Amino acid sequence: MKILMLGWELPPHNSGGLGVACYHMSKALALAGSSIDFVVPYSADHPNSSFMRIHAATGLKPLERYGLGAYDSSRFAKDASEKAPQSLNGIRDVQARYVEFVDELVRDVKPDAIHAHDWLTIEAGIRAKQRTNVPLIVHVHATEFDRAGSNYGNPLVHEIEEQGLLMADRIIAVSAITKSLIVHRYGIPADKIEVIHNAFDIASLGDHSYDNRTYRYLEYLKQEGYTVAATITRFTIQKGLIHFLKAAARACERYDKLVFLLAGDGEQRDELLQLAADLGIADKVFFTGFVRGQQWRDAYSVADIFIMSSVSEPFGLTALEAAHHDNALIISNQSGVGEVLSNVFKYDFWDTDRLADQMIAIAISGSLRHELKNNVKYEYTRISWNAVAERCMSLYRSVSVKVAT
Amino acid sequence: MSKKGIVLYLHVHQPWRVRDYSIFDTANRHDYFSDASETDRNNGKVFNKVADKSYRPMNKLLKHLLNENSDFKLSLSITGTFVEQARQYAPDVLDDFKDLVRTGKVEIVAETYHHSLAFFYSRDEFERQVAMHREMVEHEFGVTPTAFRNTELSYYDELGKWADQAGYDAVLTEGWDPVLGWRSPNHVYRPPETKHVKLLTKNYRLSDDVAFRFGNKAWEQWPLSADSYEQWLDAAHQDGPLVNLFMDYETFGEHQWEDTGIFEFFNRLVNQWSDRDDVTFYTVTDAARSFDAVDNLSMPHTVTWADTERDLSAWLGNSMQQEAMRYIYNLEHDIIRSGDMALIDDWRRLQTSDHPYYMCTKWFRDGDVHAYFSPYKSPYDAFLYYMNAVRDLRYRLMAYHSSSHGSF
Repeated sequence: MKILMLGWELPPHNSGGLGVACYHMSKALALAGSSIDFVVPYSADHPNSSFMRIHAATGLKPLERYGLGAYDSSRFAKDASEKAPQSLNGIRDVQARYVEFVDELVRDVKPDAIHAHDWLTIEAGIRAKQRTNVPLIVHVHATEFDRAGSNYGNPLVHEIEEQGLLMADRIIAVSAITKSLIVHRYGIPADKIEVIHNAFDIASLGDHSYDNRTYRYLEYLKQEGYTVAATITRFTIQKGLIHFLKAAARACERYDKLVFLLAGDGEQRDELLQLAADLGIADKVFFTGFVRGQQWRDAYSVADIFIMSSVSEPFGLTALEAAHHDNALIISNQSGVGEVLSNVFKYDFWDTDRLADQMIAIAISGSLRHELKNNVKYEYTRISWNAVAERCMSLYRSVSVKVAT
Repeated sequence: MSKKGIVLYLHVHQPWRVRDYSIFDTANRHDYFSDASETDRNNGKVFNKVADKSYRPMNKLLKHLLNENSDFKLSLSITGTFVEQARQYAPDVLDDFKDLVRTGKVEIVAETYHHSLAFFYSRDEFERQVAMHREMVEHEFGVTPTAFRNTELSYYDELGKWADQAGYDAVLTEGWDPVLGWRSPNHVYRPPETKHVKLLTKNYRLSDDVAFRFGNKAWEQWPLSADSYEQWLDAAHQDGPLVNLFMDYETFGEHQWEDTGIFEFFNRLVNQWSDRDDVTFYTVTDAARSFDAVDNLSMPHTVTWADTERDLSAWLGNSMQQEAMRYIYNLEHDIIRSGDMALIDDWRRLQTSDHPYYMCTKWFRDGDVHAYFSPYKSPYDAFLYYMNAVRDLRYRLMAYHSSSHGSF
């Protein structure tokens, strides 16, 4: 089975979970016997990727591929239009180059299936399908609705997504939540969409030995009997952190040996700082700024409870990372990762009283905390990329048969 | 009948600014004030910049004027945190100030050593800081203060009563119209329920003409000459015998740069005023002793010399500021009980009113970001680093009390 994989990033040049998912999926597919041509929009070395052929669509450096940043799609259209059309500065121009490259590539490489990831590569997927009459699979890791939080988002991105979803022979959604969104917001028939949850590769996290000096003050509080409830995320509206802080204040009304670690950064930081003070819990809320490496791993380790408070989260890999680091999990019903985990507390993101209850319950009951931590480990270790690859393979087979007949 | 005169009072202060002190520093290192970057959180860098622009040239000018003009006198308040930094970063600046006081014509005004808001949170701590300041002044300058100013000229009736009982001759505050009513700021007043102490109120119009407006080219009176200003002073003297010119020392050279002509203006004004026989200069205690109080003046609500509101809203106006101050003063009992001088000293340095001032958001709300006079990028950054320092104090406190010398 020859697969043309259209992606936007691969480790170590990834800025988020998209690159990680694409890498592990491709690796597992290669192991399962697929031959993969993977296109990225930039030129760079990709160590440990010899299991597939990587094609550079442009001569750009990895950091230049976004023009202005894929995670901030509200800005690109205006800015890109101000540049000369030949320039590679705007993300739209990078995408145009990417489409041209794929157009050329499929003259020589004849795949059995085209697998395009998110709106960034959808146009190239459509072009490749038109050129080759090979089935197109659109893999949705996040839609513009997810990225925009409660806002509408960028209409141009919506249009590209809609076009791709219509043109696709099959659609893969990373969760039932995402599938439901594709059905209801884009009007796509449900039977065209398959839910294949992401997996989690423990080995890729690498070795880690916890350094108890990194968050020494929190360690001291833990010795004093405090419980640390943490989240590691971007501080954007999509993540539901306002509700999280309100729940934190509610919890502190009844149980005061709780502290809250907000690791990360984002445009909501100032608002959250102010809110913590307004709620009278400023000394119980810790802001780290952006964390990486040891500080990032240690943030998981110092935590007792991991909260995923997202308003809209297609999957949510960080919850699995937290489970691996011995956390009890509380996950909003609006986060896809909750679909594959049962040994967790769940709540609706707006239900601050329930979240407060759950945090207190875990804080005061050692046995509850113990059960949650240990049982969730059995669950996440069962989720493997090999299983994802198997699902993809059978999906490829079903579409190629359909097109052939 | 005493002559009419100018009461010039200048405030000298530098805070210990907190560096970008993160949660990863908390409980690991306790060096909150040791920024070595090129930013304005670097206390040594700021001190030397202001020394070059203001302290050194202004002290030189003051020394010259004091020697040349027998009438010329002034009052200074110099905070403990300033003196600490002068010792560390620019000892010559401290020597210059000592030279000024040695002329016998420069009065040092009492205040809290740490330029704090302690009066509003803890009377005990307030009195300890006033005593510390007095000891520092006696040790460094060889004089004992007889007049009092509270941080930011903050004042209400309780402070007047306190100063009376403490035996001061005078207290300084803002001469704000809604409080003065029909009264002029150019007289001496008596706070209610006091026997001895007198109240001197800042003539904010004439003070601010120099402190805030002098170099403003958009001001209709720009450029201000010493002659015009002298006429305004004479006009003000129609109302009362004193014109209380209270301002930051750093007005000269730092708030108003040298190229505005502020030093020449001041030099000329002092010389012209000294040459006249009908007017003179007073220090704040001279003024209080030379004139009787014309009326009782009650200020039931706190007044300061800041902003159009003339209240404490720049320091305690938002919840972050209130939280930060609540946390710091809640530590008082345990910190004092520790007897650990390094810990107590850091705790007091964090009481300096500049810290909550940097957390003020009212200018951000008004969109007048340029009014945000702070070494931090935003009030939120200021709050973040300050809170981590407060947490570290708690950690040190716990470490102290759980070790052998603290267990009782």
